[in-house]
Order: sequence, then structure tokens, then C-alpha cells
Amino acid sequence: MTEKIAFERPKPLADRATHYCPGCSHGIVHRLVAETLQDMDLVENTIAVSAIGCSVFLYNYIMVDTVEAPHGRAPAVATGVKRARPDRFVFTYQGDGDLASIGMAEIMHCANRGERVSVVFVNNTIYGMTGGQMAPTTLVGQKTTTCPSGRCRDSEGMPIRMAEIIASLGGTAYASRVAVDTIKHLNQAKKALRKAFEVQVNGLGFGFVEFLATCPTNWKMSSIDANKRIAEEMIPYFPLGDFKDVTTGKGVC
Amino acid sequence: MSTGKKLFIKGNEAVAYGALAAGCKCFFGYPITPQNDIPEFMSKAMPKAGGQFVQAESEVAAANMLLGAAACGVRAMTSSSSPGVSLKQEAISYMAGSELPGVIVNMNRGGPGLGDIGPSQGDYFQSVKGGGHGDYRTLVLAPGNCQEAYDLTMLAFDLAYKYTNPVLILGDAILGQMKEPVSVGEPIAVDEAEGGDWKLTGAKGRPYRILKSLHLEEGSLAEHNLKLAAKYESMRGEVRFESFETKDAELVVVAYGSIGRIVKTVVRKLRQEGLKVGLFRPITLYPYPSAALVELAQEGKRFLTVEHNMGQMIEDVRLSLCGLADSAFFGFPPGNMPTPEDFEQPVRQALGR
Repeated sequence: MTEKIAFERPKPLADRATHYCPGCSHGIVHRLVAETLQDMDLVENTIAVSAIGCSVFLYNYIMVDTVEAPHGRAPAVATGVKRARPDRFVFTYQGDGDLASIGMAEIMHCANRGERVSVVFVNNTIYGMTGGQMAPTTLVGQKTTTCPSGRCRDSEGMPIRMAEIIASLGGTAYASRVAVDTIKHLNQAKKALRKAFEVQVNGLGFGFVEFLATCPTNWKMSSIDANKRIAEEMIPYFPLGDFKDVTTGKGVC
Repeated sequence: MSTGKKLFIKGNEAVAYGALAAGCKCFFGYPITPQNDIPEFMSKAMPKAGGQFVQAESEVAAANMLLGAAACGVRAMTSSSSPGVSLKQEAISYMAGSELPGVIVNMNRGGPGLGDIGPSQGDYFQSVKGGGHGDYRTLVLAPGNCQEAYDLTMLAFDLAYKYTNPVLILGDAILGQMKEPVSVGEPIAVDEAEGGDWKLTGAKGRPYRILKSLHLEEGSLAEHNLKLAAKYESMRGEVRFESFETKDAELVVVAYGSIGRIVKTVVRKLRQEGLKVGLFRPITLYPYPSAALVELAQEGKRFLTVEHNMGQMIEDVRLSLCGLADSAFFGFPPGNMPTPEDFEQPVRQALGR
């Protein structure tokens, strides 16, 4: 019987042990990013901007030129990178605490200006690296270390739906929400990521993909239960799909 | 001093012309008085120079845009005034930690808090002692007139790349809003190889690069801090200062920037009366010209430090003179516009005349 390799590591993905917890979605999203960069032949033309949170170590896994941004500021740093090197492919990789809380101003204005950059947004409804505190995306009733009785809409407000907000801004060419819990969703996610990259490459505007992701450790769940939570609790509040798609025509200004 | 055409321009514009001449290709700004002439000028000049102007959503964002452009090895600048520069400190700390070159202009206004829109030297500490979190320094250049604002801005870009470090231009509302004739030149041709061994260009034909300030591996941050400390030490050679009538002076007045210039008028007046007074004007505030002050102290001179704040640079003067001499101090409070008359009496008093 001959062996056939059916599944290879994308070239830009480093061959090393992961620091991410078992069942964490970051590894999957990293792989999708690496695959898409490779598929679109962008690896040697890319400047990535890493953010603060578990994914600050993006540069340990995806082997492209990378600059580390302060917490929440990746879209501003990416703006500086893209303005300095308009011919390079520029993406940020940010978690929900980074992007939707401390970095809300930067992401809104970067999208609104229509910066030709792409944003990979990983939403796991919690602050992972700091130990499971409430995020702006934490679901109502979800218990975290800073809302131990569960998030209350009257005192902490409702979870923020970023993909819809970003879609409402003039500079956005593509805004989508995907999940990485099933094979079907993975395929949809990869297509969405490619579109978010293509709108930049084609000069159409700002590209944004929100990934619904797991954090088994801070959710205090098994990997399997965490994966189930995406469909059972997250998707009902954070619907999947494209919220803006300007892939035909002249794009946004 | 540059040769070329002579323009009658504000200090703010001189800074902008200096940046253009130095090959600045990206400018990131946000409106705040009294530095608005700089972003206004750059919004027109950058596109003409084949560069980019972005009015950022905040000073926080503007400084982080600077960080991004700097990571690409492109000459870039941001400008603001005191409250705005406080907001930039986050990115400045990250730039220092990641060893990225960039120029930050502060046209100092009165504080603390919102203060006023008039001149002040209240940001001395923030400028020369790091300013943001962590153990770092930035080179600080303090122009005293519009020509110097132009020349030192040009120099700032070279120093930023020489040391891969942020460089601050510390002016004030007087300098920014004052008009003088300034000689300006054509933009220099920036060497395309500049930053070639670290800048991000996409990892084509070479290993990929990471520009970061995070050091979690055991021993890594300590090693990094030692490396940075050695770099800051190596900046000593950049010391610049002006000594005016200090040779036979009994009293040396130490003052920087616009205040140094106003004190110069006082020195000239008192010299006409035969009073032996001189001016020592630090031009680099970091590195501080301590050795030159020590030499003056060794000649037996007495000192008076004059500032447009309640006493900040005086600490560096005293540290420099430590054990050799002391300095008297006169602080003119931010909130008022100083004139030579305001300083004349304190100088006479220090002279004992």
C-alpha cells in the first residue's frame, strides 16, 4: 500500500509547537491565513501587523515580515505601513478585546477611510491571554472573571456585533462573519478570507472578516463542548454571512 | 544652515519645510493649537512630494501610524502640542522598544491638563525622561529660532535613522507662531538603502523580519534593556549647545528654546552696562550637555537656570554640576507670555547687582 499525502502544511506556516491551548481556534485561523497568502502568492509581498492578546505571537507561526502594534492600534499601524508601502499586502490579526474595546476608534476610522488593508478579527467572546475577563463581545449571561454572575445587559451593555458595524462604514469593501466549528463553515471562512484579501489587492477598499472562535480554557469547557457553543450560543447572536460585498464595480473611494 | 531661497515663515512652517527637505514621505497629524500650521502645510506638501498625509482620528492613532511607516523604513513625522503629545507616548514607547526611527514634534503649550494655548516649557520632563512607560530615552532637539527649527528638523531625521530611535523636536507656542526669515533648500535624496538591514519590505529573497518590543523569553528583556542603555550612552556624541558671552562671565544663565533667546536679549542689555553675564543654551536636551556645564563650573562660574515652568531642567543642571557648583532658579509660570523684562530682574538679582 502506498502512502499519499492529502494534507500539507502551508509553506508560510512555521513547523513548531503551538503555545495555543488545546481546542483554541487560533491555530485554524492561522492556517487559513497562511493558506490564503500562499494561494494568492502574497507571502513575499506581505507586511503583517500583530496585535496584543494570545495572537501577539502570530509572528512565531506565520513567516512573513511583521510589526507588533500596541493594544488595539493595529489598524493605525497598518495604515502607516500601507501608506508607506502602498504596493505591499498588509493585514492585521486582532482579537475581540483588542479590536472591539481598546481599539474601537482605530478600527472604525481605518475602515471608514477605506484603507487598502485586510483585517482578520478573531472573536471568542473573552479576553484570553489575561485570563478570561469580560470582552465587549461577551454574551449576555456569560460568566467571566470580571462578570462572575454573568454579563448583564443593564450594567455591561449588549455584546457588540463588529462585522455589521464595519459593513456600515463607507470605506469598507467587504465585511463578513464566519465560523470555524464545522467543515462547511471552514470552507465558507476560507472563501470569505480570500475576498477580504482580494478587495485590498484589487484596490477596492477595506476588507474585514470576523471569525467566531473558541476559548475552551477561559470558557472552562472541553474542546468539544467549546466547539458546540459556537453553533448553540454564538451564531444565534452573531449571525454568519456577508454584510457588505463590493467586489464588482469601482469599489469605494 | 541651508543655502537656497529665503522665506519669511513661522516656526511651525520651518519645521514642515525641514521635514520636506529631509525627505519626509509620510505625515500623520491631528489638529491642536498651536501647531496646526504643520498638518495644514503637510496636507498640501506631502502629495506634491509623492508622499502621504493622513489626518488621523486621534493623536494616539497618528503616532501609531508613524510607527507603521517607520517599520517600513520610510521617513515619517507626526506633530502635536502638549496634551496631544501625552497621547502619543504609548506609540513612542513602543517605537523605542522596537527600535524604530521617527520624528515627533511638540509645540509645547501651557499645562497641566488642558492648560492654555500659549507657550510653556512644562513638557521638559516628559520629553527628556522617556515620556511613556518603560526604560527608554528619545533624542530631544530644542530649537531657539525658526532657522534652527528648520535645521534641527532635518537633523532629527538623520539622527532617528542613525540610532533607529524616535527623535523629539521640542519647541513652544512662541517658536511655532513666530515669523522669521529662514533659508530653505531642496529635498535631499534619501539613500534607498537606509534601514536596509531591518526595515519591512516583504520577505522576498531573505528571511522574514519581526519588529517587536515583546521579550518574554528568560533573559531576553534584560539583554534588550542593556542594549538600549548602551545605545543611549552612545548618543552623547550628539550633544549640541550655544555658549554666548560665557568666557569672562561671572554668572551663566542656563535656558533653552525660546526662553534661551529671550534671555540672550537680557544678556546683551546687561553686557552694555558692563555686567559679566553669559548664556548657556542647551540645544540637545537629551543628551544633555553636562560636560560643557561642568567645564564652566570648573572655571568658577555661578549659574542661574531660567525656565518657562516651575522647575524641570534645573534638575538636570544640578545633576550636571553635582558637587562642583549649584544653580539658582527662576521659573516663569506657564500661562503668561514672557518678555526680556520678566527675566532682567532675576538675572540682576543672581548677579548681585
